[in-house]
Amino acid sequence: MGPIQQKITRKLEQQIAPEYLEVINESDMHNVPEGSESHFKISIVSDEFTGKALLAQHRMINAILKEELDKDIHALALHTYTPQQWQDINGVSPESPPCLGGSAK
Amino acid sequence: MDVLERIQKQVDENPIVLYMKGTPQMPSCGFSSRTAQALQGCGVEFAYVNVLADPEVFENLPRFADWPTFPQVYINGELIGGCDITLELFQKGELQKMTKEAATGKENAEQG
Repeated sequence: MGPIQQKITRKLEQQIAPEYLEVINESDMHNVPEGSESHFKISIVSDEFTGKALLAQHRMINAILKEELDKDIHALALHTYTPQQWQDINGVSPESPPCLGGSAK
Repeated sequence: MDVLERIQKQVDENPIVLYMKGTPQMPSCGFSSRTAQALQGCGVEFAYVNVLADPEVFENLPRFADWPTFPQVYINGELIGGCDITLELFQKGELQKMTKEAATGKENAEQG
C-alpha cells in the first residue's frame, strides 16, 4: 500500500470510525505512470451517515481528504453507506468506470 | 464577467447543467460519461459545459460550490453531486423525478 493510500485510510479510520472501509488504488486502470496514487475508490460504511443526505455524506469525506484532493487525488469514486444500506446491498459497491483518457485533474 | 458570475448565470439560466470533461457525445472521462448517460436516460434536455474547453471554469468550478471534482450536476441552481451521487439517484429513480420537475418548472415559468 502506497503512502497516500495509507494516509487516506488512516484519516478516515480516525475521523469517521467506519464499520467498513475499503480504499482501493485504481490508478493502474488509468493512463498514469506505474505505481501512481492518483485514482482511488473508497467504500465506507458508518453510522455517522445515518440521516444525512448523500451530498452531505460526500462533503464529510471531501473535507477530511481536502489536502489529498487538492494535491494528490485526480479522481475519487466515493461510495458512502449507512450500516443498514450496506446490509441492503449485500456489501457490494459499484464498479468504477473505465478510463477514457481525459487530461489532468 | 467574473468567472463565478458566469457559472452562476449558467446554473440560473438552465434548469439542468452538467459540467463534464468532454461532451455527452465525446466524453473524455469515464465518470463524466456515466453521468451524461444517466441524464440522457432521464429523457429530458440538459445543458452541459465541457470544462476541458473552458480552462477558467475548470479552474474555478471547484470553489463555486466547494466540490473538488468533476463532473458536477446542478438542478435548479443547486449542486446535486458528482458521478457517484448522480448514478445512485438514477438507480433509485429519484434523478428522473428531479430532472422532470426541473424541466417542467421551466416550461411553466415561461408560460407564466
